[in-house]
Amino acid sequence: MTVVDPPEQSAGSRAASRSERVAGWRVGVLASPAAPVYGALIGIFILSWIVVTIKGGEFLTVPNIVNMLQRSVALGIVAVGQTVVILLGSLDLSVAQLISLASLLTATTMDGKEANVVPAIALVLALGVGVGLVNGLIITKLRVNAFIATLGTALVISGFIQNRWDGPAQGVTNSFSQDLGYTRFGVIPLSFFLLAVIVVVVWFILRNTRFGYRIYAVGGSEDVSKLSGLRTHRAIIAGHVLCSLTAVITGLFLASRLGAGTPTVGTDGGYDLESIAAVVLGGTALTGGRGGVIGTIGGVFILAVLDNTFNQLELNAFLKDVVRGIIIIAAVAVYARRQEKKA
Amino acid sequence: MSTENVAAPGFGSDTGDRGRRFLRSLMSTGTIFVLLLILWVWITILNPTFAEPGPFLAYLKRSAPLVILAAGAYFVLVSGNFDLSVGSLVTVIVVVAARLIDGDPSNTWPVIILLLLIGVVVGFVNGFISTVLRVPSFITTLGMLLILNGAVFLWTGGAPRGALADNFRSIGRQGINGIPWIEQLPWSVILLFVIGGASVLLMRSDFGRQLIATGDNERAARLSGVRVDRVRIMAFVLSGTLAAVAGILLAGFGGVSAQVGQGLEFDAITACVLGGVVLGGGRGSVVAAMAGALTLEALFTWLNLQGISGALEDTVQGVIIIAAVSFASYRLRGAR
Repeated sequence: MTVVDPPEQSAGSRAASRSERVAGWRVGVLASPAAPVYGALIGIFILSWIVVTIKGGEFLTVPNIVNMLQRSVALGIVAVGQTVVILLGSLDLSVAQLISLASLLTATTMDGKEANVVPAIALVLALGVGVGLVNGLIITKLRVNAFIATLGTALVISGFIQNRWDGPAQGVTNSFSQDLGYTRFGVIPLSFFLLAVIVVVVWFILRNTRFGYRIYAVGGSEDVSKLSGLRTHRAIIAGHVLCSLTAVITGLFLASRLGAGTPTVGTDGGYDLESIAAVVLGGTALTGGRGGVIGTIGGVFILAVLDNTFNQLELNAFLKDVVRGIIIIAAVAVYARRQEKKA
Repeated sequence: MSTENVAAPGFGSDTGDRGRRFLRSLMSTGTIFVLLLILWVWITILNPTFAEPGPFLAYLKRSAPLVILAAGAYFVLVSGNFDLSVGSLVTVIVVVAARLIDGDPSNTWPVIILLLLIGVVVGFVNGFISTVLRVPSFITTLGMLLILNGAVFLWTGGAPRGALADNFRSIGRQGINGIPWIEQLPWSVILLFVIGGASVLLMRSDFGRQLIATGDNERAARLSGVRVDRVRIMAFVLSGTLAAVAGILLAGFGGVSAQVGQGLEFDAITACVLGGVVLGGGRGSVVAAMAGALTLEALFTWLNLQGISGALEDTVQGVIIIAAVSFASYRLRGAR
C-alpha cells in the first residue's frame, strides 16, 4: 500500500517494523500540504466554540452541527471541481451562473411529476458536461485565457437565465426535495454523503489514475507536459467538464434544499469567488500543479464554521464580510510564510 | 505585416528611432485598433451622428472611467498580479464622498484629497500583502473586495447616505464651455487624455521597463537589480489611485448607489485582455489596454443601437468578448 506514497515515506516503509511504519505515517500526515489547513480548522473550531459559549450560545448541539455540515455541502461540491481546474492552472468563474441555471432547469424539468425526476437529473448532468466542454474548448482551441473564457460563459448563461426566467421556478417534487435536501442519519445529513462520495471519487482520480497525474503535470508546466507528449488539451477539457459537473450537482442539491429553482441562487452564494477562496484556503496553489481536494474540504469547513459562528453571534452582515476578508487573507499569509520557511 | 494599423488615428506622428519602436510595439498588439475602428465605423453607419464631435465626445466622456480603470488594471496585470478590488473601491469612493460632502460645496476639495488618499492606501495595502506577505494577489484583492464592501456599508448603516455637492458632480458632468466646433470639452475627457499620456510616459520610463521585466520574469528582474516588491507595490498604488479617480467621475455621472462599482474589476481586466495584455504579466501595452476599454464601451453602444433586449445583452456581450479575445490571440500568434 505504501508503494504509491510519495518518496519521503518510502524510506520508512522499507523497514519492516510496525512502529517505524506508524512513525512514517505520522510524519507523512504532518508533512502533507493539507496539515496546516486542518490545524487552522481545529484552531478556528475551538476558538468559535469558546467565543460562542461565552456569549451564551450553543455550539456543539445537533442542529448546529447539522447546519454546519449542510452549509459545507453546496460550497464543498463545487469547490472540489474548482480544485481540479485550479490544479490544471486554469480556473472557472462560470460556476455561480451554472449553479443557478442547473437549479432552474431541475425545477422546470421535474414539473412536479415523480416520473420526471430521473430525466431531470440526467438533463442537468448533460448541461454540466456541455458547459464544461464549451469552457474547455474555448480555452484550449480558441486560446482564450481561462479567466476571460469562463467570465464570458458566465455572461452568456446569465443572459440566458434573465431572458427565460423572471423569478423562482416551482416544480421540484416534494420527495426529491425531502430525500436529498433533508434526510439525515443521526447528525450526518444524506447530502453530506453525496459530498463525501464526490470527494473520494475525485481524490482517487487525482491520486491514482493517469488522468490525475496528467492534471498535476499540466498544472506544473503546460509546455513541458506538451513536449513530453501529453495531450494537454484533452486533460484541460476533461478537467473543465469535471468542474462543471460538480457545479450542476451543487445546483441539483440547492434546488432540493430550496424546493425550487432560483435565478440568483448561485450568484447570491458567491460560489464563483467563494469556491476559489476555499481552494486557496485549502493550500492549493493558484498557479496550478500543487494541492488537492482534501485540503479544499478543510478550507470549506473553515468557511462554514466561520459562517455559523457569525450567525450565532448575530454579527452584522457587513461586519461579517469584513471579518471574512481579513481571515482569508491572514490564513493564506500564514501558509505562505510556512512554505517560505520550508524552501 | 498588418498595414491596417497605419489607419489608427493620431499615432505614428512621432519620428526617429523611438517613433519606429513605438509603431512596432503598436503593430504587435494592433488587432485591438482594427477592432475599435470597425466598431466605430459600424456604429456610424447605424447612427451617423456618432461621428459628429458632440456625440463622439459624449462617448469618450462615458468611456473615461473605464479607460482610467483599464490603465490602472494594466499596471497590475503587466507586473504579474490581479486587482479584483477596484470595483468595490469605486463603490467606497462614491459612498464615502456622498456621506462626507453631505451636500456642502465647501467640503468638496478636502474630500477629493481624502478620496485619492483612500485609493493610495488601499492600493498600498494590496501591494504590501501581495508582495511582502506573499499572498497571491487574487486572494489579497478578493479579501479586500469583501473588506471594502463590508466596511463602507457598516459605516453608513446598510445604504448610501448623504448627498454630493454640485461642484463635486461637475467634475464628471461639466467641462470647459465655449470652445468652437465642439462646444464643450468635458473635464473627464481632459482627465482621460492626461492620464493616458502620463501612463504612456510612465511605461517608457525606467519604472515602466522594470514593471514589465518583473512581470515577465521575476527572478531575472530581481537579479538584474530591480526592486521587484517596490515596483509591484507601486503598480497597486497606481491602480488604487486611478480607481479613486474613476470613482469621482462615476459619482458625477450617475447617482449615489451601492451598485455603482459592481463588476467594474472584470470590465477593466476584460478591456486589458482585449487589448492584448497577457494575464500573468510581462506582455502588452498600456495604449492597447486603454483602446480595449474604448472598444468595450463602443461594444455597449453598439449593443444599444442594435436594440438587443436587456436580458440577452449579457449573452451577446459574453459571446463577443470570447470571440474578440480569441481573434486577438489568434492574430498575436500569427504575428510572432
